Amino acid sequence: MSLVFLIFIPILAALFIPLLFKRLGQIHTGWFVLLVPAALFSYYATRLPSVMEGGTYVSEFSWIPSLDIAFVAYLDGLSLLFTLLITGIGALVVLYSIFYLDKHREQLHNFYVYLLIFMSAMLGVVQSDHLITLYLFWELTSISSFLLIAYWYTRDRSRFGALKSMMITVFGGLMMLGGFVLLSIMGGTYSIRELIAQAPELAQHDFFIWALVLVLLGAFTKSAQFPFYIWLPDAMEAPTPVSAYLHSATMVKAGIYLVARLTPVFALSEVWMWLVAGVGLFTMVWASFFALKQKDLKGILAFSTVSQLGLIMSLLGVAAAAYHVEDAAETYLKYAAFAAIFHLINHATFKGSLFMIAGIVDHETGTRDIRKLGGLMSLMPVSFTVALIGSLSMAGLPPFNGFLSKEMFLTAMLSLQEFDMFSMDVWWVLFPIIAWVGSVFTFIYSLYFVFHTFAGKHQPEQLPKQAHEAPIGMLISPVFLAALVVLIFFIPNLIGDWLVKPAVAAIQPFLYDSPQNVDIHVAAWHGFNTELFMALGIFAIGGLMFWTLHKWQRLYDLYPDAISLNRLYDEMMLLSGGGANRFSRIYMTGFIRSYLVYMFSFMTFIVLLTLFLTDAFQIDFSNLTPIGIYEIVILLALVGATLTILGSKSRLTAIIALGAVGYSVALLFVIFRAPDLALTQLVIETISVALFLLAFYHLPQISRKEERMKFRFGNALVALGVGITMTLVALSAHSQKALPSISEFYKETVYKEAGGGNIVNVILVDYRGFDTLFEIAVLGIAGIGIITMIRLRLTKKEGQHENK
Amino acid sequence: MRTNDVMLQTATKVVTFIILMFAVHIFFAGHYTPGGGFVGGLLTASAIVLLMLAFDLPTVKKIVPINYVVLTAVGLLIAIATASASILFDVPFFTHAYDYFDLPLFGKTSLHSAMLFDLGVYLVVVGVTMTIIQTIGEDE
Repeated sequence: MSLVFLIFIPILAALFIPLLFKRLGQIHTGWFVLLVPAALFSYYATRLPSVMEGGTYVSEFSWIPSLDIAFVAYLDGLSLLFTLLITGIGALVVLYSIFYLDKHREQLHNFYVYLLIFMSAMLGVVQSDHLITLYLFWELTSISSFLLIAYWYTRDRSRFGALKSMMITVFGGLMMLGGFVLLSIMGGTYSIRELIAQAPELAQHDFFIWALVLVLLGAFTKSAQFPFYIWLPDAMEAPTPVSAYLHSATMVKAGIYLVARLTPVFALSEVWMWLVAGVGLFTMVWASFFALKQKDLKGILAFSTVSQLGLIMSLLGVAAAAYHVEDAAETYLKYAAFAAIFHLINHATFKGSLFMIAGIVDHETGTRDIRKLGGLMSLMPVSFTVALIGSLSMAGLPPFNGFLSKEMFLTAMLSLQEFDMFSMDVWWVLFPIIAWVGSVFTFIYSLYFVFHTFAGKHQPEQLPKQAHEAPIGMLISPVFLAALVVLIFFIPNLIGDWLVKPAVAAIQPFLYDSPQNVDIHVAAWHGFNTELFMALGIFAIGGLMFWTLHKWQRLYDLYPDAISLNRLYDEMMLLSGGGANRFSRIYMTGFIRSYLVYMFSFMTFIVLLTLFLTDAFQIDFSNLTPIGIYEIVILLALVGATLTILGSKSRLTAIIALGAVGYSVALLFVIFRAPDLALTQLVIETISVALFLLAFYHLPQISRKEERMKFRFGNALVALGVGITMTLVALSAHSQKALPSISEFYKETVYKEAGGGNIVNVILVDYRGFDTLFEIAVLGIAGIGIITMIRLRLTKKEGQHENK
Repeated sequence: MRTNDVMLQTATKVVTFIILMFAVHIFFAGHYTPGGGFVGGLLTASAIVLLMLAFDLPTVKKIVPINYVVLTAVGLLIAIATASASILFDVPFFTHAYDYFDLPLFGKTSLHSAMLFDLGVYLVVVGVTMTIIQTIGEDE
């Protein structure tokens, strides 16, 4: 089967979900959904052996050939790794959700449709080789994430969190689109592989630095890097399976993926290295520090995710440095990329299990507030074991996989001492120090998470529910992940060969030709070196600080909320909303006559200006037909009716006079032998007079006396302006032709090519069918508008607020 | 409280059908002689409006039990489906096709895909016009 179509399988499956939910409601819909990621995972797993050898697969489906836009699925080590994560963790999360979400109370059809859309979008992001379709899928992940966060849409916090994540990630996405466009202008192609091939030339281009910064904005917002991370803690309002899946294992790693994927393009730049490594490391220490301030279990995990993403990001920055070093494959710098990918896998395992445990605790005790929890160890022994394994792995303790990747992270940071470019020779020492501080806090919050939940005193009176162990089905997924955490510690090199090395070869094609050339061996023990002493320091200091946590944790409350980034976001939202409101109020009076004045004045102004700027005004009376007696009579009637409207005291007279104007125009059409127009005009007049009479009842009383003279003078001026403009344009249009008239073309082709006789109608349905299609769409929208304004309007009794 | 309008009502009973027939004629004639979906739709709408003027809204709703919002939606769907059908034949969006057929009763007749599109236009025009008039008319 063609790879590119596999991307769309989840979204196609989503089509059947509502049906399954409605018809087979007694079976939890999740069981059907589970088949999709499970099947995809096993299919993609069969591609592993050949990708491990350095093989790649490409499959293309042309979408809009005229714009050179295509869906291109490109499977190499990096994209296959992400694909397996998406489908593998996806299957586990769906399994978990079957027990987490109640089939009777929850709107499962919504949930699984969004989840499957997300799965397709995410597969598209990591497999697309085409920048534009990559962007498309990228935004689709933002949208499905928005829908999933707002799944319990009756809660205020859910809607707030959904909007926040949408605002920030879509902002980043748009910036990234700008970067992609610049890249394609520079390289003349949308293909990432072709861009990588011409990386050295691209770096010379003026746009290069702009493209770099814009693309990084996209990656940083998505992967919740400082200062954009603020959306992730609020996204925790989503159901826990979603948090475990989107906001820890997959979607937030899209930014990491993008940075890894584009490293070969941008690694040449000093800015790239500094930004990626610097922002990543700062995010890591910042978020790990503030994780301890959190009281919500999922809040702690959210901050810890931000911190870990920063860690991986900083490793990718260091990996880019390897580009500048000759024989980097011989130095310690080579560890950075390996550590990044290895930690990414490890993070997915231990953080996935921790999120599921947080969900279980929430589900079985009714609260996630860590101050109310405690002493659950004996009540929930399995959950506690899983949480302990996950937390200790996150803290970087052996014998868990986190220890291996954490050691390698420190190695990579220390390796910067071998790097003497970009003023690194002065500043390199900062990197290992910050990394060490961040790791200490990581150690503390890992222990904080597990021990403040499961150890200590049990407070049953604080809990909304009687705490007990989760059902077995809910435990399968976290236990499986926890088993992986331990297993990977013992077989790191197998994982390295199968998954990590192919991905590393894709990130650093400038170092390695094939995955076999990545010469890295993971070992739990490598002698008494600096890394080991650093790790021991982390355990000692971290342990000591955790012991005294109750004494200094209160210090966090001293941090004023007024200067936080969240406050900045709130203020910006208020300001933009309120500002837009105030600005609109200046000119939105609520009277249609004011709007007509704006429109007509602008139209007059623009047309007259163009007419005189382009010197287009000309009058040529040469080939005009003589004016007959009928025309004069009709025109007199027309002018007379118009004056009647202006002078009439009652609205009824005005409406009838307006009808007279319309019918006179229709008569004019008859005389000028345009039966189509005449017919249409007649019917339209009839119907609009009927409409006017209907609406008559609702119109406010005419009150001409109140209007000041100045107001009417202004209106007269506008009216006169419109009249003069139209006359001038009509005369000029008649007197000169810049191009030969198109009517000849219609005359020639209307029978031969369109098979019709009536040019007017053939234009409507064929030549300019697109116009008509959109016009009837506009008509439809107008109809809906009128229904909403009249039938669904709020009366004063019901109150002004729509949420009531 | 309605005035006695026997004249109007009696005339309407006849005229409505004439207008409707004319609307259908105009609609089908549109490709070769003056007319088309837009005018045809407006004429149909005006026939119904005439009914509403002569009788009252509830009566007309009983006579013509059509949900005009659904009618609009169907019209839009027909229009977009006609336009997109060309994709199936691997020609650009909105390419129309026509041919001549020998039909019983009609003799040699030309059939156009444009006519289907025009049908969509017709339905949307009737639907929207009547939606507007009915909504405003029913409002108290």
